[in-house]
Amino acid sequence: MSISNNQYTAKDEVASVFVKRTFLQRSWITLKKAPFTAWLGMTIVLFYVFVAIFAPLIAPYGEAEIFKIPYAPWNETHVFGTDRLGRDILTRLIYGARNTMGIAVLTTLLAFIIGGGLGLLSAILRGWVDQLLARFVDVLMAIPSLIFALMLLSIFGSTALNLIIIIAILDSTRVYRLSRAVGMNIAVMEYVEAAKLRGEKIGWIMVREILPNILPPLVAEFGLRFCYVFLMIASLSFLGVGIQPPTADWGSMVRETGELIQFAYSFADYQFFLIPILPAAAIGILTIGVNFVVDWFLYLTSGLKDEHK
Amino acid sequence: MNTNKDKSTLLEMKNISIEGFSDEIWHPIINGIDLKINRGEVLGLIGESGAGKSTLGLAAMGFVRAGCRFTGGSVLFGGKDLTKMNEVEKRKLWGTKFSYVAQSAAAAFNPAHRLIKQTIEASVSHKIGKSEDLEKEAIQLYKEMQLPDPEEIGERYPHQVSGGQLQRTMTAMAMSSKPDLIIFDEPTTALDVTTQVNVLATIRNIVKEHNTAAIYITHDLAVVAQMADRIQVLRYGNTIEESETNKMLKSPKENYTKSLWAVRSIKKKEKKAEDKILSIKNVDASYGSGPKVLQNVNIDVPEGGTVAIVGESGSGKSTTARVITGLLPPQKGEIIFNGKLMTSNLADRSKEDLRQIQMIYQSPDTSMNPRHTVMDIIGRPLEFYHNLKGKAYTERVTELLKMIELDESFIDRLPSELSGGQKQRICIARALAAEPDLIICDEVTSALDQIVQEGILKLLLRLQKELNITYIFITHDIATVKAISDEVVVMHNGLVVEQGMKSEIFSPPHPDYTKLLLSSVPEMDPKWLTNILLQQK
Repeated sequence: MSISNNQYTAKDEVASVFVKRTFLQRSWITLKKAPFTAWLGMTIVLFYVFVAIFAPLIAPYGEAEIFKIPYAPWNETHVFGTDRLGRDILTRLIYGARNTMGIAVLTTLLAFIIGGGLGLLSAILRGWVDQLLARFVDVLMAIPSLIFALMLLSIFGSTALNLIIIIAILDSTRVYRLSRAVGMNIAVMEYVEAAKLRGEKIGWIMVREILPNILPPLVAEFGLRFCYVFLMIASLSFLGVGIQPPTADWGSMVRETGELIQFAYSFADYQFFLIPILPAAAIGILTIGVNFVVDWFLYLTSGLKDEHK
Repeated sequence: MNTNKDKSTLLEMKNISIEGFSDEIWHPIINGIDLKINRGEVLGLIGESGAGKSTLGLAAMGFVRAGCRFTGGSVLFGGKDLTKMNEVEKRKLWGTKFSYVAQSAAAAFNPAHRLIKQTIEASVSHKIGKSEDLEKEAIQLYKEMQLPDPEEIGERYPHQVSGGQLQRTMTAMAMSSKPDLIIFDEPTTALDVTTQVNVLATIRNIVKEHNTAAIYITHDLAVVAQMADRIQVLRYGNTIEESETNKMLKSPKENYTKSLWAVRSIKKKEKKAEDKILSIKNVDASYGSGPKVLQNVNIDVPEGGTVAIVGESGSGKSTTARVITGLLPPQKGEIIFNGKLMTSNLADRSKEDLRQIQMIYQSPDTSMNPRHTVMDIIGRPLEFYHNLKGKAYTERVTELLKMIELDESFIDRLPSELSGGQKQRICIARALAAEPDLIICDEVTSALDQIVQEGILKLLLRLQKELNITYIFITHDIATVKAISDEVVVMHNGLVVEQGMKSEIFSPPHPDYTKLLLSSVPEMDPKWLTNILLQQK
């Protein structure tokens, strides 16, 4: 750029053009800077996903396969022993990853489609649509969700489909509030006005104009919501209205093996103590892992820069 | 007040270099600039955006923004090098020896605290005096800044005073600790011309009376000519030229400086057109149930011509545009476009009606979706209105890029990868893609640098000639009006003050408001401000 050259052309105006990098290259640069907790979280999540996908290959036995000895101690054939019906506990832990996580992911997705869609609709249309939806959501949120879910599940029956729909609707209220709030900031931007002036339909404005700009907070919320949904399913299963036997699930495993704790009189009886702890820990560790990843992601998208680097 | 005016060197920056970190690379922002300022002197820093003015201004306090670093040179103040000091030492100087006046006073004030508390906040926290004494001094400063009701105004909250008053309060805040150096970063850019005159005058007086040194950062040459004793011209992080204001204005040495001085050379010959493309008749409008923003507005727009709507903020210029586009249905009156009565509500208009009126906004940053590429932005109207697909679509996008003097290398860029002028050009291309009859330009050049503005105006004029488009040009900048319009509408408080051909409006006799507006436009003559103040008294 020569300074003496004062011929003005639009092409030569200085702009900060980013180096063209592929998505993989950009991701790698970001990953390299990730803190230890983020790496830990990602490892945990990836491990769980791996186990869930390849459950039939990893598990030593079938999901509902029953062996002769109930409450078998830990040994070579049954690493974590068997439960009161004689099913292999390790196998059920592995299959539990698949069922609990699978249903939780589906439920969270559905909650986001319902809540996100209505939230954006409210943000764009405002007026009575917004008022109606927002007040309805207020009403739903005023009822304690676990008790409400319990009640609905006893009315409609606890099938997996009902479980997904009911929890999704109850959880979509929070997604609605978030997407409405962040969507509103974008809906007043001039490019949304420009799209309206062009005559664009509401679907285009929602999906193409607003959604890409609010994706980061929604992705972070997805992670957190997944944890809550996952915990809710586990709680409902623990209470007996969630995922039904013989499908393996961590929540119901805690319930089924919980009474063993009372037989743990000394350190020698560590197995009695650990058996109910195993599925509970599986729930806890995944929740912590997801939170680590979300924390890091939120930091990345917050736009905060380290001053001293 | 300092009577024995001390003219010794206050601050000296030697060969200062600053880098900024973005996209994994350190980019140079300032490449070894020398800067010297004496006590009581006002130094004007001018240059385009991206020239490094603000970065250099902040560096004078030993401060760099997050993501930036000093890479060389020194900032000597009172025998100490600020670049070598740690945060704690520097913090003792900030707010006592140095103050900073930001561009947007509205964004810099805390809306939850009263003005007077904020005015003396820095001085109180640095324990310069007791807060009662400081408050008394602040009231004295308000008097000097010619704020109305100086005893009481401090008790108000920021939203209860006007933009010009807020900017003056901020200057009082900067003066409160009696600093040696104040850095003004474009303090009047966000203000109307009529307000700007007063703010400039008060800043100039107060700096002179207190013998405070100041660095005045701006991109407006006429403003810097009024304020500065000495001018330093920056470009791409280098000093281009530096000399006394008078000398600089009379005989600039470098080509670049000359080109800065020579802008506003375009003048459109006015042309009287008979056919009307748009008539606004007896329009009243308001937002919600609030007061009327437009009252009985009548505007005629000739086909193929340019009508400039002039006025300060709050005059109803932009509201008029919103009424025409249908974003704000008027309470009364009608809009006739191409001989056809337009429905007042946007939702009732057909795609064809919408296509014919396009709009270009003031700020290209907010009028383009940051997640869409140039291709998406220009291409959407093609796809939407003209059903172009595949090859024809790509060809038309390239063609449009050529029309706005860019090329296909821009096709996959995001708005954040474009300069201000380029962004505004893409917005023009988006409007052109619809092949409209009328384009409403809402302050399209006011966020841009002089040279870039010139380029955009030339482009708009060329396009008008080639495509016979009609423009409604909303602006508060009189120079732009002179350059581009055929007819002029002057608006004030929602009323049309005057409408007529450009030559009629700019020649006397003027209604009072037009006179005030015209006389408030800064001129290059360094004595302009002094003269205008004498006239107004």
